[in-house]
Amino acid sequence: MAHSPIVAIGASHASVQLAASLRQAGYCGDLVIVGAEPHLPYNRPPLSKTLLTQQVSFDKTLLRQQSFYDQHNIQLKLGARVKSISRKSNQVTLDSDETIAYSKLVIATGADPIMLNLPGEQLEGIGYLRNYDDTQTLIPSIEEGKSAVVVGGGYIGLETAAALRKAGMIVTVVEGMERVLQRVTSPEISAFYTNAHVTRGVNIVTNAQAVEFVGQHRVEAVKCSNGESYPADVVVIGVGVRPNTGLAADAGLNVTNGINIDEFGRTDDPDIFAIGDCTNFPCHFTNTRMRLESVPNAVEQAKSAAAYICGEELPYRALPWFWSDQYDIKLQIAGINTGFDDIVILGNREDEQFSAWYFAGDRLLAVDAINSTKDFIKAKQLLSEGQSICKQALKQDNHKSHG
Amino acid sequence: MIKLRIIDADGNEYETQTDIGGNLMTVATDNLIPGIDAECGGACSCATCHVYINDPKQLQLLGEKSDIEQMLLDCLETKGENSRLACQVNLTDKQDGLVVHIAPQT
Ligand SMILES: Cc1cc2nc3c(=O)[nH]c(=O)nc-3n(C[C@H](O)[C@H](O)[C@H](O)COP(=O)(O)OP(=O)(O)OC[C@H]3O[C@@H](n4cnc5c(N)ncnc54)[C@H](O)[C@@H]3O)c2cc1C
Ligand code: FES
Repeated sequence: MAHSPIVAIGASHASVQLAASLRQAGYCGDLVIVGAEPHLPYNRPPLSKTLLTQQVSFDKTLLRQQSFYDQHNIQLKLGARVKSISRKSNQVTLDSDETIAYSKLVIATGADPIMLNLPGEQLEGIGYLRNYDDTQTLIPSIEEGKSAVVVGGGYIGLETAAALRKAGMIVTVVEGMERVLQRVTSPEISAFYTNAHVTRGVNIVTNAQAVEFVGQHRVEAVKCSNGESYPADVVVIGVGVRPNTGLAADAGLNVTNGINIDEFGRTDDPDIFAIGDCTNFPCHFTNTRMRLESVPNAVEQAKSAAAYICGEELPYRALPWFWSDQYDIKLQIAGINTGFDDIVILGNREDEQFSAWYFAGDRLLAVDAINSTKDFIKAKQLLSEGQSICKQALKQDNHKSHG
Repeated sequence: MIKLRIIDADGNEYETQTDIGGNLMTVATDNLIPGIDAECGGACSCATCHVYINDPKQLQLLGEKSDIEQMLLDCLETKGENSRLACQVNLTDKQDGLVVHIAPQT
């Protein structure tokens, strides 16, 4: 098998970085990336920020140009889906029944949206937002002055609401929980974002689950569990994702909310690695296993797996971080705030420029920086180096500058 | 097509040719030039695509920085007057012959 190629499943952030890192580390054997989408790998975050409202063209979002793959002898098999992995014979089988043998296999299948499967969901004008093709389905229904409903008030839902609002639509966000962003952030940040959207004219409705989509051919309204009905010429659903672990599970690999890997991207098969949104990994900072949906996570895991395949140990210990762009509000998050018991706010919420520092006892866990890049970079440095910061001093600083 | 000369933090030089219309960050990553991590993929969020343009004329031809780019650059210890974030540098035919130095990793 030594001469078989390294094969990656999924052609996106994780596998493109894997390929780049393998070549950078001097791997000169064959390299094949199989991807279900027909397009050259592209940047996914712009989907909900600028691509949906066509502020940026698709070719500007490509991760690499075609010439990159040609020049570095990276074979892309696009529009092709892997349907099974045979660990006995070290090969994968595609939908077309073609088989490809591998020396090492890297699973980078990402995640897919959780489907609501509600009555009326097949109506025109309703869509999810994970792939470029999803934007193409939605774009014809986006029109100034018309109504949009976003189902789900997570980061992707709120970004979509901001983009549609900027495009001049009348926008309602319906969120099933008590507050937007409930699963991912503190009540303070949720309140801030609710207010930011409301002052820009978005209607935010919480404690309301979509129960039915109403219309003839096209969607006309979204019925919710609160008894209300919201007019809609377009509906974007963003209620979370599920990791694509089916292939791995069918092949008998360990899967628990993501494909289980260690800090080198190894699964329990020495020839199979997994990276990106589809993985469940040991987090160096929280000392727990977790699954993350973020580009930096995909990229860093890819680097670790590539290094390991090339005989070098580069454990994944990068600090998790994330960003979100809504209107002119840039959020940058360093670290993971799970388990915090105290928050110190620096700066001024009214000016839409502040940061929230999350602590467990005296230990700094994470920082949400809103239009406060300096605080983000500082926090990223502190957390990466395992340093804390004196909570009391931070509080006093804030009083000095704002008291 | 325009020609660029990129010099990494260790002094290795790369001569590259590229189409106009893209940005400087993708030229560096397409050519596997080390030192441009581009963690955020060009969203002006990470400051891991820091470069220097030493020739003042060439620097001026790149146009003004956005406030966000300036804010990110201000956070870097290695920042200079000649600093730019590569993902915010759009390439037009005015950039033919541009010489780029990649900043050391912090
Ligand atoms: C709208 C939106 C906005 C986002 N915004 C941000 C943001 O601001 N910041 C941030 O850090 N992250 C953001 N994310 C998350 C980020 O895009 C993901 O973390 C990242 O794309 C993960 O990369 P990946 O390579 O692991 O998987 P993916 O990008 O999900 O790619 C997996 C690929 O594998 C393919 N595939 C799956 N199964 C198979 C198979 N059997 N055979 C062949 N191919 C297969 C899929 O079609 C897909 O193309 C956003 C995501 C979305 C959808
Ligand atoms: S690539 Fe992240 S700021 Fe340029």
